[in-house]
Amino acid sequence: MRLTVSSVSAFRGDRLVLDRISFAVPAGGALLLLGPNGAGKSTLLRALAGLKRLDAGEIRFDGETDFAGRAAYLGHQDAIKPGLTAAENLAFIARISGRPAKAGLAALDLSRLADLPARMLSAGQKRRLALARLVVSGAPLWLLDEPTLGVDAASVHAFGQILAAHRAEGGAVVAATHLPLPLPDAAELALGEAAP
Amino acid sequence: MTAFLALLGRELRLALRHGGDSFGALLFFFVAGALFPLAIGPAPATLARIAPGIVWVCALLAALLPLDRLFGADYEDGSLDQVLLSGLPASLVALAKAVSHWLVTGVPLLLAAFPLAVMLQLPAPALPALVGGLAMGTAVLSLLGTACAAIVLGARRGGVLLPVLVLPLTTPVLIFGAAAADAASAGLPVRPHLLLLGAYLAACLPLCPVAAGAALRAAAD
Repeated sequence: MRLTVSSVSAFRGDRLVLDRISFAVPAGGALLLLGPNGAGKSTLLRALAGLKRLDAGEIRFDGETDFAGRAAYLGHQDAIKPGLTAAENLAFIARISGRPAKAGLAALDLSRLADLPARMLSAGQKRRLALARLVVSGAPLWLLDEPTLGVDAASVHAFGQILAAHRAEGGAVVAATHLPLPLPDAAELALGEAAP
Repeated sequence: MTAFLALLGRELRLALRHGGDSFGALLFFFVAGALFPLAIGPAPATLARIAPGIVWVCALLAALLPLDRLFGADYEDGSLDQVLLSGLPASLVALAKAVSHWLVTGVPLLLAAFPLAVMLQLPAPALPALVGGLAMGTAVLSLLGTACAAIVLGARRGGVLLPVLVLPLTTPVLIFGAAAADAASAGLPVRPHLLLLGAYLAACLPLCPVAAGAALRAAAD
């Protein structure tokens, strides 16, 4: 299992935000995307997820260009429905992956809140629920955009253990963050200010 | 198939939790229909003549109401990205949305059409033709509406654009649907009108989800 990105370029509007980016992430590997605001970190993550169309280059996962359903993406938004309970918010991904939603809730210490409507959760708890979705998804490739924003120190520590377990199982992680993230010996990729 | 049913189940559960949306459409249908006798006059002969048209126009307008939020909420809170990444093709995501719109808005309108038509003095023999036509017509509207809602997704003032886009496409439905009920009240054969409605539904069923799926992909881009 290996993620290979070869000279990927993408426009956002009229601006070239990704200019011939190449890298590879092996099984169990992790890559941290670094760079100032507007450097294209989020765009690159959306491109890896297959949400953003590439204008040039190629992304292969296990040698395949189409890996829908094998990547889990956590964007800026939590994608939590306020009308559903915490457990129901995970039910959709749980039915697709065949993994129990309970395990995800327990991993981020949300079991107590499982039957509470998500609109009653705090911003940090919603973020933890979004992190729990990664655990339930069982996807081998995790794409994380500022995953620990608004999350307390204890939960960041718990998330570090989750990331370690995911990598020990042969999963790969690509993350963009300005906060310290518990990803030991992660490779780093600096994205510069792209040409205007 | 599991993913499709899981998504449909989630949509229906959300619709039940936020029941106000579909109930609002239903109330709008009744209130708009009830305004016509006040404006035109309550003469039974006049009302019976225009009853099918009133029911059809009100049903189309009422079914438009929830379309604006069909993808809007998912787009804003990031759920659309998650659903598109679930491995389910975008066209099937759109089909699940269309089915849920029909079950949550179309079917209640279908049931509410009975009392409204009776209230408007529609002759009893025309009722089955009216409701039979509406059953197909609301399904067409759900499909067309889903496609157009996906197309205007991300556009500013999309809510204003949506009816302008959907309503012209529904004119065949309105013409044949109202004609079927008219034919039934005049004692003429209903079959040709319903067959044409069915043909339009058969064309929309494969085409609209494909168009909506492409539009969803573009909106997520």
